[in-house]
Amino acid sequence: MTNEAPETGAFFARDREWHPQAYTPGYKSSVARSPRLALVSFGNTISEITGPVFGHSMLGPLDNDLTLNYARPGESAIGERIIVHGRLMDERGRGVPGALLEFWQANAGGRYRHKKDGYLAPLDPNFGGCGRTITGPDGSYAFRTIRPGPYPWPNGPNDWRPAHIHFSVFGHGFAQRLITQMYFEGDPLIARCPIARTINDPAAISQLTAALDMNATIPMDAIAYRFDIVLRGRRSTLFENRIEGN
Amino acid sequence: MVQKLPYLKETPSQTAGPYVHIGCLPNFCGIEGVFAADLGSVMVGERTKGERITLTGRVIDGTGTPLKDAMIEIWQADADGLYNSPSELRGTADPAFTGWGRRAVDQDTGVYSFDTIKPGRVPAPDGSLQAPHINVWIVARGINIGLNTRIYFPEEEAANAADPVLARIEHKNRIPTLIARREGATLIHDIRLQGEGETVFFDI
Repeated sequence: MTNEAPETGAFFARDREWHPQAYTPGYKSSVARSPRLALVSFGNTISEITGPVFGHSMLGPLDNDLTLNYARPGESAIGERIIVHGRLMDERGRGVPGALLEFWQANAGGRYRHKKDGYLAPLDPNFGGCGRTITGPDGSYAFRTIRPGPYPWPNGPNDWRPAHIHFSVFGHGFAQRLITQMYFEGDPLIARCPIARTINDPAAISQLTAALDMNATIPMDAIAYRFDIVLRGRRSTLFENRIEGN
Repeated sequence: MVQKLPYLKETPSQTAGPYVHIGCLPNFCGIEGVFAADLGSVMVGERTKGERITLTGRVIDGTGTPLKDAMIEIWQADADGLYNSPSELRGTADPAFTGWGRRAVDQDTGVYSFDTIKPGRVPAPDGSLQAPHINVWIVARGINIGLNTRIYFPEEEAANAADPVLARIEHKNRIPTLIARREGATLIHDIRLQGEGETVFFDI
């Protein structure tokens, strides 16, 4: 982990123009599920600055290998074998160590192992679709999986999700909590996707698009994509007059 | 010309989608044998200090329909008002209480339920005390960025009246949207995403 003292500064304000708005009618599910009244803001208290921690000891050896963690002995998931790796940082560019990352995805045919998913693509008996890891001392992480397939979904009459991997990210404070999706470089469905397009700024969609990283491939085994993730930064407490313990 | 500030942009949020259980609660949705247990599913053990409570309710959309695919996380102090976190510098929290819970709403009824304890009071930055509260984060299909809210206790009338966060709410008639109803050891609290009685959500 780290020998540095834990930080207790408040988080930088979230740029809510960079994030998707709550009400985005092109993504129909948001219409009845979006608050219409203004969010109430207040300065971070200890309730927002603190957050749960997860130890490396909770991880199993296959937690970060989706090709094997649901597979029968001697078998593995079907699909294009990939490594996804990157670094978890905050807005100051500092690595965020010891943070839990959880990921989930459809199989190579675009089908989720979930009772609510009725897409006609078959389940892969060797693929569950979930994994997790904890970032290293510099915020780095990596996992192995198969590239998920695109799939149709009931929104407009003919909407298709680009290939994507869902990420759930914990930082060091509850106010840093984030869920997002990673897309793949070159996928023509990204620009057509009503969920990606809940984001207004094309540069923000680019931030969700992982780059092909030939330097991190494992020759004759797996191709690699790099996906860096940025959480909210913390203010310095150096010049703040704060009551002890806050 | 001016120097460029070195800050990065926060990674933008995307909806958790309808299959959030696969990644966050795999055992709940029938993916067994990958992780031993779903994280955050058990908050309270025999040695946990404090008053046992059950927190339950639904998350309701703008048409009055309970969500069947939402996931809720809660984060709270222990019985003495200490958070089990490295950033808690005032003391050591109850080692038998992580303070963090995660549950899916029931896929048929939409009801959520946490077995936890009533938290103690924690300070505000100005040194005053906040009323006992539970911090809540909600994600689901159709929610583009996780929603932050809080749950307060109805028996804490005086503390609630002095709470600095509740005091930030301009429309005082909305404060009751953050205060649970209590029946014995059970706190009942519906969260309304939109429309009449819309719950107060925070930009923290």
